[in-house]
Formats: sequence, structure tokens, C-alpha cells
Amino acid sequence: MKRSAYTKVLKTAMFASVALVAVLVVAFVFYVLAIGVPNISWNLLSTKPSYLSGNIGILPDILNTVYMIVTTLVVVLPFGVAAAVYLTEYAKNKRVVNAIEYAAETLSGVPSIVYGLVGMLFFCQFLGMKTSLLAGSLTLVIMNLPTVMRTTQESLKTVPQSYREGAFGLGAGKWRVIRTVVLPSCVDGIVTSCILSCGRILGESAALLFTAGFAHSLNGYFKALHNAGATLTIALYFYAKDQGEFEVAYAIAAILLVLALIINLAANLAGRRLRERRK
Amino acid sequence: MHGVFLACGLLTIGFVLLITVYLVVSGIPAIHRIGFFKFMFGTKWASTAAEPSFGILPFILTSIYGTAGAMLLGIPLGFFTAVYISKFAPKAVRNVLMGAVELLAGIPSVVYGLVGMLVIVPGIRTVFGLPDGASLLAAIIVLSIMVLPSIVKVSVNALDAVPREYEDASLALGANEVETAFRVAVPAARSGIAASVVMGVGRAIGEAMAVMMVSGNVANMPLLSKGGLFESVRFLTTAVASEMAYSAGLQRQALFSIALVLYLFILLVNAILNSILKKGGGK
Repeated sequence: MKRSAYTKVLKTAMFASVALVAVLVVAFVFYVLAIGVPNISWNLLSTKPSYLSGNIGILPDILNTVYMIVTTLVVVLPFGVAAAVYLTEYAKNKRVVNAIEYAAETLSGVPSIVYGLVGMLFFCQFLGMKTSLLAGSLTLVIMNLPTVMRTTQESLKTVPQSYREGAFGLGAGKWRVIRTVVLPSCVDGIVTSCILSCGRILGESAALLFTAGFAHSLNGYFKALHNAGATLTIALYFYAKDQGEFEVAYAIAAILLVLALIINLAANLAGRRLRERRK
Repeated sequence: MHGVFLACGLLTIGFVLLITVYLVVSGIPAIHRIGFFKFMFGTKWASTAAEPSFGILPFILTSIYGTAGAMLLGIPLGFFTAVYISKFAPKAVRNVLMGAVELLAGIPSVVYGLVGMLVIVPGIRTVFGLPDGASLLAAIIVLSIMVLPSIVKVSVNALDAVPREYEDASLALGANEVETAFRVAVPAARSGIAASVVMGVGRAIGEAMAVMMVSGNVANMPLLSKGGLFESVRFLTTAVASEMAYSAGLQRQALFSIALVLYLFILLVNAILNSILKKGGGK
């Protein structure tokens, strides 16, 4: 009797929790999409905001987000991959490896507002970049370095040792082995890390508030890098909190949600390929 | 080439040092000028008053209460969900649920903030008959949803890693599946589950934008005994974010000091996480 009561209580708690989580996610997604999607218009997507005509457009914010993702990835990938290569291919000293991994873990736990603050002090003020997309991107580079390093490292570990030995046996040097054998066989890991970083950059806001700023001007890539610019998340924040333009905010939220969904699916696909190869 | 790779490897250490040095160097002067005890345990924050007062105890307590509240709601929900996903869910259900949890993790925090601002805050206002619903409670509800992915994902991994033989032995001894899951698998995965909770705590303490949008952002002391749950409050993270844009002088330095305190909290959380993982055999 007591046993069956125990079982029943725990079973109920489990089903209730799962049901609540499922309802929560479904309700959240449908709510945001239901209110946001009808507010997305071609005019919103293709124009820039103007105080004179009262027009609101998010094209500059979309472009800034794209610029931010591209710049961050271009900088972080070589460093992250090289760090992973060092850890798996070169490092012999266990203490150095531990220190690097501990530092990476610490970095991935640091709150984004702290990144924003340090980014502002270091890139914007100390290096004189002012509030600009470039300063924002470089701040995000620090944030995403652990992700790229970790994911690439996992994938490097799956490259069979025999590949390396084969190449060494043919007389190749270390650098040649890495370049021609090791790196090509961990491309899927690097792709996964790119997708994960994309997701983080897309969703980041607190770290960009004081580094990239919140201007909505329409610029080409190189001009934008040296000017302040809001990404989609920052634009959402300002339209909702400062200007009370909730329709625009919901439209941006719907766009962000759909992009997050796509990125998740892509990361899952890439992750599955990685796991299959490991077997 | 060795040197180049080594340099890239050391980059993470360099960045940690960079962050630490910048926070310490820019955070210490204000603490020094205000006085450590007055800063940490002062109950009044009035940075722009004629006679400014810089006590951050309200922010510290808000962050602690907010995180504790979020965990109070998030842990049971996440824990039971994780046990179901790992031990009972059919493969298809498992995939759908894990996908849903991953999606929660991928949703930008401003989107949570927006929904919190326009659904939860008015909801609290109507349900409890308050003049304004932007409160500690609203922040707790939003945070409890945001910590779910950390709790569920890491717990599921830990529960999946429990050797099948443990459970088989328990079933063979006559325990049913529920008893096996909760009395054999859960204790065996306890370090992983504990780690998931600590990760959730880290996420909750560090969250800025979502709580800024729902917590009202007034530097009140959160007094739980006097209905502090429904008061407008300010977290450590939001204290930094909300005044940075227009701050100057000692006020600006004090904001850096708040960031330093926040950073120390996170380092503490990380150290706890690491010691749990080490004890649990590095799972």
C-alpha cells in the first residue's frame, strides 16, 4: 500500500512536470508567433526608422546582426580552432591543459553584462574603438571562444590516431599532418561550433548594450564596423522598453524565435552527424 | 608553428586575466572610497541624490532571493521532467521534449523579457490587485523558465550515464520502474544533477536583460516579510546595466564595483560546480 502510494505520487509529479513544460514551450512559441508574425511587413523589413515620417523599419538592425555574426565568426574561428589543435595535438604538459580548460569554463560562466563592461573598458576606451560594431564583435569573440574551442576539441578527439600515424609514417611533419589530415576530418565539428556561436551572437544583448550601442543607421559593412549599431535583440529591447512600440517588438521577437528554431535544427543535424561518425 | 598554437591556447587564460584585472582595477577604487562595509552592507542606494549613498545590499539580496525563488520553482519542474525524459519517455517523445528544451535554451533573453513584460507583469497585477506588476515575483517566474534548459539537459545526461546493470539489478529484486528510477538511478546520478542545479544558479545570477524588463528596476530593499515579493526591485546585473549609460564619477566607479561583486559570485558558483564534478568522477 505504502509502495503503491509512493509510486503514484512520483508518477503524478513526473507527468505534471512534463505536461507543464510542454504546455509552457508550446504556449510561448505560439503566443509570440501569433502576435509577432502579423506585424511583420515588407515595409518593416526593408526600411530604416525615421523620426520625420514616424516610420519604423528594422533593416539596419538586420544588417547589423549579420555584420556582427560574420565579423565575430571570422575572428573567433581561427583562434578557437588553433586553441583546440594545441590542446589535442601539441600540448604535453597536463597542467597547462588543465589551466586552459579551467579558463575556458570560467569564461563560459561569466555573465554577459560583465563581458559588456569589460568590452567597453578595453575595446571602446582603452583601444579607442568607441562604441562600434567592431568593439561589440570583439567582445563576442571573447564570449564565443570557449564554445568554438570545446566543440572543435570534441571533434578532433574523434579523428582516429591511425590517420596521424599513417601520415607521420609517410614522412610528413607535424604541421603538415594537422593541415592535410587532422583539420579536414574535423570540419563537421568546426561547422557545429559555427552554428552554436551564431545562436549565441543572435541572442546576445547585455554584452552589446555598451559596446555596440543602439543606433539604427543604414551603413555598408566597413562603415558599419566603425559606427554604433543595434542588433535585432537590442532593437527589440529599445522598442519595447523605451518607446513602447510593442508591435515592432513582437515582430522582432517572432523573427528571433524562428531564427533560433532554425539554428537549433541545424545544430541538431550537425551534432547527429558528429555522433554517427564517433561510433 | 608550435608557438602560434600555444599562443592561441593561452588566449583563454589571457582573457580571464584581462577580465579579472579590469574588474579589480576599476572596481576597487569606489569600494575603497565608500568603505567596504558601507558598500556591501549599506541598505540604501541613491547614486544621483545630492548626498549620494552607495549601499548594494538591496541588489545582493535581490539577486539571492531572485535566484533562490527561480530554483525553488525550476528545480522540481526540471528534475521530474529530466527523470521522465531519461527513464520513461519513448524515443519519439524524448526527441520532441529534448527539442523543446533546446529551443528554450536558444530563445534570446530579450524575448523572454518581452513576454514577461506584456504577459506575466500584467498577470501579476490583475491576480494580486497591485498598482504595478513589475516585481521580484515576475523576475522569479521568468528566471525559473530560463533555468529549465540547464537543469533538464545536464540532469538527463547524468541520468543517461547510469549503468543499465544498476537498474536491472533493482528490477530483478522486485522494485518497480518508478522505484528503480528514483531510488537507484537518481542517487547514482546525483553529482550530475547537483551540477545541473549549480549551472542553473549561474545562469540566474548572471541574467540581465530579461529581469531588467520585468523587475521594475527600483533600488528597493527586498523585504520578504513585508510583501517584498511584489515590490519593484533591482538585481546586481540590472544595477550595472541601468545606470551605466548616464553615469559619471564615483557613481560610475561604484557600478564597476558592483560588476566585481557579481563576478566574484560567479567565480564562487564555478568553484562549487568544479568541486561537484570532480567528486562525481568528472562526468
